[in-house]
Amino acid sequence: MSSPTTSARARASTVLRAPYFWGIVAIVLLLAINTIRDPGYLAISVHPSTGNLAGNLIDILRASAPILMIAVGMALVVATRGIDLSVGSVMVVAGAVSMEFMSAQQSNSAGTALVALLLALGISAGLGAVNGVLVSVVGLQPFISTLVMMLAGRGIAKVITGGQNTTASNDSFRWIANGYVLGIPVVFVIAVLIVVAVALLVRRSALGLMIESIGMDPQAARLAGINRRALLLTAYITSGLLAGIAGVFATATVMTVDVSQTGYQLELDAILAVVVGGTSLAGGKFSIAGAAVGAFLIATLDKTVVFLGISSSATPAFKAAVIVIVCLLQSERVRAQIPKLRIVPRRAPKEVASA
Amino acid sequence: MSAMQTKTPPAQPRGVARTLAAVQRKGYMQALPTVAALVIFLGMLVYGEIAYGRIVQFNTLSNLLVNNAHLVILAVGLTFVILTGGIDLSVGAVIAFSSVVGVLLVNAGWNPWLVVAAMVAIGSAFGLVSGVLVQYFGVQPFIATLAMMFLGRGLASILSTQPERLADDSGFRSLGTTWKIVDGPKVNDLVISPGVVAAVVVVLVGLFLLHRTRFGRTVYAIGGSEQSASLMGLPVPRTKVWVYVISGTLAGVAAVVYTARLGIAQNITGIGWELDAIAAVVIGGTLLTGGAGFVLGSVVGALVLGLMTVLITRDGGIPPETTTIITGGILFVFVLLQRTVVRQRR
Repeated sequence: MSSPTTSARARASTVLRAPYFWGIVAIVLLLAINTIRDPGYLAISVHPSTGNLAGNLIDILRASAPILMIAVGMALVVATRGIDLSVGSVMVVAGAVSMEFMSAQQSNSAGTALVALLLALGISAGLGAVNGVLVSVVGLQPFISTLVMMLAGRGIAKVITGGQNTTASNDSFRWIANGYVLGIPVVFVIAVLIVVAVALLVRRSALGLMIESIGMDPQAARLAGINRRALLLTAYITSGLLAGIAGVFATATVMTVDVSQTGYQLELDAILAVVVGGTSLAGGKFSIAGAAVGAFLIATLDKTVVFLGISSSATPAFKAAVIVIVCLLQSERVRAQIPKLRIVPRRAPKEVASA
Repeated sequence: MSAMQTKTPPAQPRGVARTLAAVQRKGYMQALPTVAALVIFLGMLVYGEIAYGRIVQFNTLSNLLVNNAHLVILAVGLTFVILTGGIDLSVGAVIAFSSVVGVLLVNAGWNPWLVVAAMVAIGSAFGLVSGVLVQYFGVQPFIATLAMMFLGRGLASILSTQPERLADDSGFRSLGTTWKIVDGPKVNDLVISPGVVAAVVVVLVGLFLLHRTRFGRTVYAIGGSEQSASLMGLPVPRTKVWVYVISGTLAGVAAVVYTARLGIAQNITGIGWELDAIAAVVIGGTLLTGGAGFVLGSVVGALVLGLMTVLITRDGGIPPETTTIITGGILFVFVLLQRTVVRQRR
């Protein structure tokens, strides 16, 4: 991003221009608050017997994995000028399918875990495809098609488990969420690998650009010969699939699917993450890196609220504060009041491939 | 479809297509989803009466009204917002916060009427903030009201995470009493509650505001095309703030009605009600894109949802888990219907 001629001022403006700049500022602020309260908050220790890393930061990384998944999917959908309200419900369906399968098999083998995983991913991709068809072929508004899926999805999960919170035991499945690779939580490693893969896929090919073009001006995109239906389908299937992975993460942690709580209102977290990441809900641009920053911010916020001894059910109030502040910082009216911020264009220039 | 024929005076015995054409010529096409909702509601009543019995009777019908008064009130409020092409996701959380505050204040010894005013004012304040964010800071309605939803839910949880009970001797409880209008045989009484009266008043005022005033026409105009409405010199900014204030205020009213009926408030009260209300508005024939719809349609939509719950409970064979699937299904069918209507009009 920097060239030899950039002055300090220009470099500062480049940093400010990054759409997710304020998200990073917020994360640093939250971590600073925690460190003030407990100077050892940031410390990362190595568990003496297992050799795994342990510490608050590791906990935050682990908690951010499901949010990362759904936020990245949401970013793609939002870029097409859509929205996916069904991610939380898709998560619970994925969790319900895998738990129900494993509890029926009563087997501890890795094969069972793999089949459960594939079932979960298959059905979540299927639900995403239904969303995609409703939006692209039937032509319903994304808000309403995914709202229907959100209502129906939680019902489907309840039907699958018979209204029960199904529990299962399978060590391989459990490892996905609770295991470690080289001392780092597996769940975080998988999440980062998937996010990087998606980012490379959409930014190293024309896919991302085409997705943005539908969001920016559907008419122009059509005239340019872009296959709107296929792209919308791709975006919604990706979102469903990633939500399914998030659902597996969320249920594997406790090896229980709670049909009314798993993934509940996580679609709102995902939307918040995307907005914090600088993606406008009006569509036409997206930032995977921004969505990731947003996901980290939400995980940090969740952990901070609990760490400060506030009831976790009060977290939404703090999220509201974050949303309002971010939206105000992005609004023209506030920017006009703060001359220094006026260098930030309303639509920040597209960032190149980044993870 | 038979209900529509009553709307077209010349007899049209030559099939549905011809009736549809006539309806379209007369510009009634817009009302088709609402008429369909009404037909579905009556159909559900008839089906329920035949299949389970004891549906079309004073007791069941008045309970339907008493139990869904708050939903009707919410749906009327959301009709205003959705007609402008906006959305209000905060109503359920506003109810939670307003209810918890109300019960805490009553139990702290405040005058019940003052508390009622405070509860409604809380709703208005939330609506005002949403409206100002939307209109003056360019925040999308979805995000602005999402923030208010988080705020309401979070504040309610900060106040209390326990179910807060109204004291049994509290004057607030008088709002939850039921009045027997007709004393039928056995339990077949026609009862109404202050909540039902409130809902009827809200519906009447909503009808008047939307269909008979300059404000109402501005609401429709904004939904049709905000830019055109501005160019015509209509007070767009003021009206857009007002619709959110109305929706918030009615959420406050719904909080009063619901709390008085149950006597309990909790931070998790009203989870998902914004979706029920949106579903009611959509089923009632209001276009989510704004510009077309009716207050009475939303009332029918709310009653369809309420009756559906009654039928599912009565049936016993339908697992209650499927309620949301059925809601989703009904919603889906109605949106498809709207879609065809919009296509036909072009």
